[in-house]
Amino acid sequence: MAAYLRPTSQSEAVAALAQRNLTILAGGTDFYPSRVGQPLTEDILDISAIAALREIGEDAGHWRIGATTTWSDLLSARLPPLFDGLKLAAREIGGVQIQNAGTIAGNLCNASPAADGVPPLLALDARVEIADAKNITNVALAEFILGNRKTLLRPDQLLTAILIPKPEHAARSRFVKLGARKYLVVSIVMVAATLEVDAGRVRGARVALGAASAVAQRLPLLETALIGQACDATLGDHAKADHLAALAPIDDVRASREYRLDAGLALVRRVLKELGEVA
Amino acid sequence: MNAPRAQVDAQTVRFVVNGVAREYSGSPAKRLADVLRDDLGLTGTKIGCNAGDCGACTVLIDGRQVCSCLTAVAQVGGRSVTTVEGLSDAGTLSGLQRAFHQHGAAQCGICTPGMLIAAADLLSRNARPNAEEVKDALGGVLCRCTGYQKIIEAILDVACAEQAPLPTAGAAVGARVPKVDGIAKLTGEERYGADGIPADALWLRVVRSPHHHAAFEVGDLAAFAAAHPGIERVLCARDVPSNGFGIYPHIKDQPVLADGLVRFRGEAVLALVGTRDAVESVGVAELPIRYRKLPPVMGIAAAAAPGAPLVQADKPGNLLLDGWVRKGDAAAAFAGCAAVAEAAFETGFVEHAYIEPEAGWARRIGDRLEIHVTTQTPYMDRDEMALVMKLAREQIRIVPTACGGGFGGKLDLSVQPLVGVAAWLLDQPVACVYTRPESMAASTKRHPSRIRIKSGCDAKGRLLAVETEADFDTGAYASWGPTVATRVPIHASGPYFVPHVSARGRAFFTHCHPSGAFRGFGVPQGAIAHEAMMDELADKLGMDRLAFRRINALKAGDATATGQVLAHSAGLVQCLDALQPHWDAALAACAAFNKSSGARRRGVGIGCMWYGIGNTALSNPSTMRIGLSSKGVLTLYNGAVDIGQGSNTILTQIAADALGLPLQQFNIVMGDTDLTADAGKTSASRQTFVSGKAVELAGRDLRAKLLSLLEASADAALRLEGSVVKATDAQGEHQYDLAWLPSRHGTDALRGEGTFDPPTSPQDANGQGVPYATYAFAAQLALVEVDCDFGTVKVLDIVAAHDVGKAINPIQVEGQIQGGIMQGLGLALMEEYHPGRTENLHDYLIPTIGDMPSMKCILIEDPEPLGPSGAKGVGEPGLIPTAPAILGAIHHATGVRMRQVPVLPHRLRAALKPTETR
Ligand SMILES: Cc1cc2nc3c(=O)[nH]c(=O)nc-3n(C[C@H](O)[C@H](O)[C@H](O)COP(=O)(O)OP(=O)(O)OC[C@H]3O[C@@H](n4cnc5c(N)ncnc54)[C@H](O)[C@@H]3O)c2cc1C
Ligand code: FES
Ligand code: FES
Repeated sequence: MAAYLRPTSQSEAVAALAQRNLTILAGGTDFYPSRVGQPLTEDILDISAIAALREIGEDAGHWRIGATTTWSDLLSARLPPLFDGLKLAAREIGGVQIQNAGTIAGNLCNASPAADGVPPLLALDARVEIADAKNITNVALAEFILGNRKTLLRPDQLLTAILIPKPEHAARSRFVKLGARKYLVVSIVMVAATLEVDAGRVRGARVALGAASAVAQRLPLLETALIGQACDATLGDHAKADHLAALAPIDDVRASREYRLDAGLALVRRVLKELGEVA
Repeated sequence: MNAPRAQVDAQTVRFVVNGVAREYSGSPAKRLADVLRDDLGLTGTKIGCNAGDCGACTVLIDGRQVCSCLTAVAQVGGRSVTTVEGLSDAGTLSGLQRAFHQHGAAQCGICTPGMLIAAADLLSRNARPNAEEVKDALGGVLCRCTGYQKIIEAILDVACAEQAPLPTAGAAVGARVPKVDGIAKLTGEERYGADGIPADALWLRVVRSPHHHAAFEVGDLAAFAAAHPGIERVLCARDVPSNGFGIYPHIKDQPVLADGLVRFRGEAVLALVGTRDAVESVGVAELPIRYRKLPPVMGIAAAAAPGAPLVQADKPGNLLLDGWVRKGDAAAAFAGCAAVAEAAFETGFVEHAYIEPEAGWARRIGDRLEIHVTTQTPYMDRDEMALVMKLAREQIRIVPTACGGGFGGKLDLSVQPLVGVAAWLLDQPVACVYTRPESMAASTKRHPSRIRIKSGCDAKGRLLAVETEADFDTGAYASWGPTVATRVPIHASGPYFVPHVSARGRAFFTHCHPSGAFRGFGVPQGAIAHEAMMDELADKLGMDRLAFRRINALKAGDATATGQVLAHSAGLVQCLDALQPHWDAALAACAAFNKSSGARRRGVGIGCMWYGIGNTALSNPSTMRIGLSSKGVLTLYNGAVDIGQGSNTILTQIAADALGLPLQQFNIVMGDTDLTADAGKTSASRQTFVSGKAVELAGRDLRAKLLSLLEASADAALRLEGSVVKATDAQGEHQYDLAWLPSRHGTDALRGEGTFDPPTSPQDANGQGVPYATYAFAAQLALVEVDCDFGTVKVLDIVAAHDVGKAINPIQVEGQIQGGIMQGLGLALMEEYHPGRTENLHDYLIPTIGDMPSMKCILIEDPEPLGPSGAKGVGEPGLIPTAPAILGAIHHATGVRMRQVPVLPHRLRAALKPTETR
């Protein structure tokens, strides 16, 4: 029988990772579906019993979401409007069963191009904290995910938390996902945006679009164009097709490449318009 | 530190299940669903996908719903798990379960445990949820039968659900009776294909082709088995006594195990038989098979191309069948038409997506073979297995388990011949349960179609001619392809009177999984085409689309495309009249909504259909028996399988009234080929009409026998009290103690029997004849909202008016219609199967609870004199008008006519783009 480790502390977990090759198991909602009809033979490190990893906290500069925080945990946490977009994403991850088990960190580590957690966290300028037996470091989310199912993580590392910087100005965020049905649907495209607003003007803007490239992308040209604009219902009009030029979506059974760009732009406009309308 | 303690602890997991402390020892990574079912015997928790996609395995962990197929058993250590078995309290149903029962919220029942658990989670936090909250809570559980509406209604009604009194003797037909076999589906006691497998059964795993088309060689299988402890045997083609099966008596073209050549991805090549662990742990790469890939013929165009490689060597042109219906002279009639419309349509493969994958087990008992299996057709299975095994029919016993959804997909053999051959050879019970990807790769699909159609009418809007050619992709083997190719031309001109018809249906072989039977046998594809023509012709003449259909609707006295004069029960006009007020209101509402121009546009559409009940121009009898023992036990021997549609209940209602006793007094034996008589297959919407008539005759037969024993008059009221039968008539009370009678038929002292075979006549070379004894009719309207920026379509409302002859049980009839609408909506908007790319329930999308509109059913009862109490059938009709209505609504909303389904967002958006003025 394969080994199954279920430590209760982070130090035990990273010590185990340092010693042998282990597959990390959190909520299991990506782990098990990728093994349908296959024997479960790998050695497993189950991190779900590490209580300290399941906390949401804050210090002066950051919010900190522990690695095993589930989507439901996030939804029931009292958080400022900055997190509205991430919560909207949480509500659309699978069904309630998936939200109750799946973790935010698992979503990032699994690194699917259609991971709904990535755009809102990019739009929150999130960093991820990574631990091994010796060090704890952190890196920007945008640098952490390298490609389709590829991250920076080494086999001896654990993602321990997601860090979200506190914004300078009052911030609001949103997330909209487009799929071919209501629940349990892989996104065709999704958009998240965070705006920092002061005196009716956009002071900071972060917009990210997912499922239209191997890794969800921020739209820096658009973000620049938004700075200083009046924050109202016309905000969406600033988004132009050129702002999406760096994306390289694919054709698949869900949608065409052309559609992803076209609908992506419409979705960006709609999200910005809605954010602008929140007076 | 290496956490050795955690490792050791994890091998034994202690947790609480339904309030009882349990202990599990074994692999800590094992899925909780498997532990519950296999180690703890709690088979109420179902496995539909093992991937989180269906929600059938939903349980509560510490009061919150999760998928037990995604939970390592180690993770529930010290926690509390609630399964469906824990919802009822010592045999008393919870209020939630009662509400499900009363509302008919469970059809096949395979999703019901998950639905109940998700609902229990919601209700524990929110005692009075609204419909949106219910949807959010149940969004992770798929149901393929109900269309979800009755589930929502049940949950909203939990507080009020009261046990309605059951109808008294003589009042069962027409009553809203809850399912007579419904309770077991709510408590987790129902046994489906994978639930009753004996503990000592060997396990069978099918090795399937990864290629669409390939030659292959197998190595030394005996040596392979010998080298793998736990593997008893590896079966290949030469182990199958007669290695060919198929629906039609003269076409046994599908091998049980492929013989050197695979013709579709997913085709069975070898079968590993051994302990479950052993067969499951063999890696695909270890197997002694060598494939040589060959170019596949994919799609109708490739198959029909001149000189195309042949899928089956003896089928020239890859043609399975070319079916025709010709009446009058369509080509000439177009010259006299005031308006003509013409177009081509395209549909793809559609997967049945029953939530229960194929499953069953077999054992050999002396020189007999007994197969327990989820099936729609025990008698065809028996006969087919006799052929495959080269045994006599009497040597085969099929015992149908509960069926967790079929929709036509469980009419073909699946596990039966595999477990049958293995159990016979090894003389041990052998079980097989398909995985979801396997079920999707190996099972039949709805036929993809390319349909060209041309319709014309005169200046007053009367149809003069319809000319159509429908080509179907029948996949690698015939399956039900001939049925589709003959049924479609008959129905191709729609439920309208058309003097000149030319309709052709052809089915072509390709290197895909066989296309088979799927709710409607090709008629839904045909309806998309003929209904689009109706819309276009109406638009060309500036007529209202409903009014245009009403002018042309078939009525009693009209001749159909096959020259059959409908004598009775053609209720399309009544259906349209019932829709009229809803149509008017929906048109007005759309106009008002669309005034404020934005990206969102609303439209309303209408679809009509007719559907011949039963087999096409073929005998399809049912025989039903009712027995009464000397102890007074009343038993309905019912060879018709209830696949969730409710035939057990409907047949009991009919039997009860024909006999004159209350329905609660009946016991049911269903489908067992040793104990019942052949009632044909559960398909073609035939069980209420055909088996219903047979059971009515059986009830009357038994009644006549009782009355003569009692010497009572024909109108006497009967009672059964213990072993004493009593009759009251004008002369007073008569009684008879059945204990006096010897048991003549098994345990029964008396038996009533009835047989019915609907009268049909063969079609001639032009397809003229009487292919069906009766037809169902329906009209549905759909109100949709299109978001033009994204090409997304949300169906808001459907009103469905169906002429069912007589609604024996309105709850079941509504359930069939609502479930049909759900599948029609899927066909229209999201379902498209691509071999090798959508073999799971997250790439292949079926509607969730959040995708369904509010549905209103209007039941029209234009009685069919041949049917029981005037009833016809409704199993398939529910889905046929839905896609046409949705497509019409999309056009009404946006001005674009979509000719390919599903209307995926990117397809609609591409069609909308050129119309944009911005
Ligand atoms: C039915 C269904 C619907 C879904 N719907 C959506 C959806 O709508 N949108 C969406 O984005 N996703 C969806 N998912 C995917 C999945 O639920 C999410 O990605 C989830 O957040 C994964 O978290 P988990 O804890 O279950 O991950 P696990 O399955 O436990 O792990 C996922 C991967 O990450 C690794 N890992 C996990 N945690 C860590 C860590 N702390 N450090 C290092 N490696 C780690 C694991 O080794 C594994 O490779 C769906 C899944 C299912 C089954
Ligand atoms: S079996 Fe668990 S979700 Fe389908
Ligand atoms: S009743 Fe829901 S799947 Fe059959």
